[in-house]
Amino acid sequence: MKNHISNTAALTFSLLSGLIFGLGLILAGMANPAKVLAFLDIVGLWDPSLGLVMAGAIGIGLIAFAIAKRRKLSYLGFSIQLPTNRVIDKRLVLGSMAFGIGWGLVGICPAPAFVLLGVGSSKGIIFVIAMVIGMGIYELLESCAKSSNK
Amino acid sequence: MLIDWNNFTPWTALAGGALIGVASAIFVLFNGRIAGITGILGGLLRPKLRDIGWRLAFIIGLIAAPFTWLLFAPLPAIQIDASNTLLAVAGLIVGIGTRYGSGCTSGHGVCGISRLSPRSIIATVAFMTTGVITVYVVRHLLGA
Repeated sequence: MKNHISNTAALTFSLLSGLIFGLGLILAGMANPAKVLAFLDIVGLWDPSLGLVMAGAIGIGLIAFAIAKRRKLSYLGFSIQLPTNRVIDKRLVLGSMAFGIGWGLVGICPAPAFVLLGVGSSKGIIFVIAMVIGMGIYELLESCAKSSNK
Repeated sequence: MLIDWNNFTPWTALAGGALIGVASAIFVLFNGRIAGITGILGGLLRPKLRDIGWRLAFIIGLIAAPFTWLLFAPLPAIQIDASNTLLAVAGLIVGIGTRYGSGCTSGHGVCGISRLSPRSIIATVAFMTTGVITVYVVRHLLGA
């Protein structure tokens, strides 16, 4: 069993997944922040499209993960690592609530942010840099919390 | 509630969503991992040497998507009305929030719900709710 996915086939499938994911975002309209905000604006003139994006993705996802759950190894022989944490805590809920606020402010979430980076949008670049700094702040806060618990 | 029929794009939304599902399916069935951008990117900030390659490859795929699209068709409209300051603030909040919440629209919203994970269903309800409230406050209360 291989735990580390590092051979050429794995890298190729990673690249391919990211590429198809990005093409799906563009086709779906998720790479257009104005359309994302129009979905979240249920009180104004509501564009329900993104509900169907979720439906399309989850429709395929349900089948894929039903298969994945029955297997220990992937088709390339890597261990299938599904999340095991089942705790519903403040971190999960408050973190997700905060994410929703940032998402609602500008209409960009992490995956489309990288598509916008590829488009060369300066606004997309600013968002990605800020998002990576935000994740860096999380790492700092986590390492501080860990060292103060020792 | 008024539906914006002029901008409602059901077929491309479903087809684009299906592609996102296919990408997540390939990722879990071939590489054994969850196609969650928060986790893939976050893992690069705690780098384990052997993990860097596949994480970067996925992100490069995302960045290459618009270039690939352009080989076949012009890109659809992309409109960002937010100011640079607001984008920076929102980016920071998204970065911190997604890491505390262990995921975003891809990891929780698509993969998590597809796994029928209670954690992901709750996370998705949480970020959808605050997303809707935020747009309501910004557009309808503050009138921006």
